[in-house]
Amino acid sequence: MTVLTMPAPPSQDAALRPVPWRRMAWVTWRQHRPTLISVPAVLGAVAVFLWIAGLKIHHDYAVLTACHPFSSTACQTLNSAFTSTDWTMANTLNIFMNLAPALIGAFAGAPVLARELETGTYRYAWTQGFGRERWTIAKLALLAVAVTAAAGAFSQVFVWFFQPFLAQEDLTVFSATVFATHGIAFAAWTLVAFAIGALAGMLIRRIVPAMAATLAAYTGLALATWLFLREHYPLALVTSNPNIDSGPFNVNDPWVLSTWYTGKTQWTRYIPVSRFWPMQFVEAGWLLALSVLLIAATVWLVRRRAA
Amino acid sequence: MNVIETSGLGKCYGRTWALRECTLAVPAGHLTALVGPNGAGKTTLMNLCVGLAVPTAGAASVLGGQPAGSPAALDGIAFVAQDAPLYKNLSAGDMLHLTRNLNRGFDRPYAQARLAELGIPLKKKAGKLSGGQQAQLALTLALARRPRLLILDEPLAMLDPLARQDFMATVMAAMADDGVSVLLSSHALAELERVADYLILLSRGQLRVAGEVDDLLASHRVLTGPAAEADSCAGRFRVIQARRAAAQAHLLVRADGTDPDSGPVPPGWEAHQVSLEELVMAYLRAPGDAELPGPSLTQHNEPTEVAR
Repeated sequence: MTVLTMPAPPSQDAALRPVPWRRMAWVTWRQHRPTLISVPAVLGAVAVFLWIAGLKIHHDYAVLTACHPFSSTACQTLNSAFTSTDWTMANTLNIFMNLAPALIGAFAGAPVLARELETGTYRYAWTQGFGRERWTIAKLALLAVAVTAAAGAFSQVFVWFFQPFLAQEDLTVFSATVFATHGIAFAAWTLVAFAIGALAGMLIRRIVPAMAATLAAYTGLALATWLFLREHYPLALVTSNPNIDSGPFNVNDPWVLSTWYTGKTQWTRYIPVSRFWPMQFVEAGWLLALSVLLIAATVWLVRRRAA
Repeated sequence: MNVIETSGLGKCYGRTWALRECTLAVPAGHLTALVGPNGAGKTTLMNLCVGLAVPTAGAASVLGGQPAGSPAALDGIAFVAQDAPLYKNLSAGDMLHLTRNLNRGFDRPYAQARLAELGIPLKKKAGKLSGGQQAQLALTLALARRPRLLILDEPLAMLDPLARQDFMATVMAAMADDGVSVLLSSHALAELERVADYLILLSRGQLRVAGEVDDLLASHRVLTGPAAEADSCAGRFRVIQARRAAAQAHLLVRADGTDPDSGPVPPGWEAHQVSLEELVMAYLRAPGDAELPGPSLTQHNEPTEVAR
């Protein structure tokens, strides 16, 4: 067997400069091509569907709101068509929207480290010159930005698509299944799901159990936020106006948290619709902080724990 | 320069010590065979040297004092883990590009030429290559980084005899051309006996022997003589292993010139050269190291030939 002569090794006293971060761009792209293609592709395909279906829905809704008098048979027919056919589809899509971050976390986040650990390739990846902490930081950061950006863009299309149903189905932007899919919350929930997945993968070290754990942890966090946490964001107002939430349903009704009496005065603690964006920033803010914490914990585990 | 230095190195998994009290120093320029039965702690020692495992006790440094796992250590060491882990869904060409991106230096022309020579197509998925080709690909990726220390964990286990020969030829060529030091583990010594010039022997998580093969062979003898005199003869030497038949006894003893206990061969006894395999087997069978210290046992503070 002929053997090639190798050139002399590079001089050893040259200052040791780390491998540039930008190299991880190709590495992450090549190794996570399925994720980086399929997540935007699936979301993009659904967005196209939402756009096509949304045009019809917005048209139906415009016809319906222009229909006078509302009690006429013709208008009632339009109304029942809208709330049956269109709402059935929109409701299904809304359920999908509420599950989507968990699925992205399970399928895109959990395998990042679990696959390396399960197949043993971490022994290759973590002994290259790049260094395993930097490798983990670069990969998780790039993938997190990619899935969060895709989710954020997608949710804007969904918001537009879903908008006619708010008034029609007695929903406000604070309704449990609406708030988390609107504004910037959807992107933030996707980010936290990805971070949960990455940490679960590092802790559990097997892909399928890590995916299951991600779904469970995400569901627990989302439920706890909906049931206990969101109403405590420090944005509520208190009023003695008894008419704050009276009369027929209005899409601009505030979120009434509690009412009580002192003497004959009725007090109401509520969050007005005008505070939707501050609410969104509070939610996105703590989710972002939690995501950074989870990713930092993952990197710490990679650094500490091995073999 | 020592390519590997450990002091009191230990690794505990749960309650089991995979490796304990390991103190050794391997000088540069050797092909070091790390041998021992399964579960002796070979992989643990290697993982500690490349920074994949964190020591429970003691410390390991590489390449003349760089802490194991530090950037400088990672830069200068190429490690091929057991079963040559590769990304099965990436092509050989992608693996090459991946390794190039993950390291400061990478000799792409060398890697491409070697793969061509081995007949490994760049477009073929790593998972579709044969076991021998996967091992060669992993070795090529490691050598193209032009490391100063190459660590190979059981690289020959999944290779047939022909592939073993090719693999070792590649390693030897890199040593000759590039001056790379090599640490290679195996549970079978036979195929390393002719190429290894430094030996580390582990057994049940403990270091038994470490030293240059020539020194080890020179400092051990097999003495053959009448069984009746075996005990009196054994009293004068450090006996590593004694085998007694009806009439004759074979004693494998440590008998180097520096040992004050060893004297000339007693009358009626014959001294023979020992083979490396005999020596390894004897140390593996020796019950305890307290009574029968090897050349570099950690309880002995004498640095001996290990830590020169």
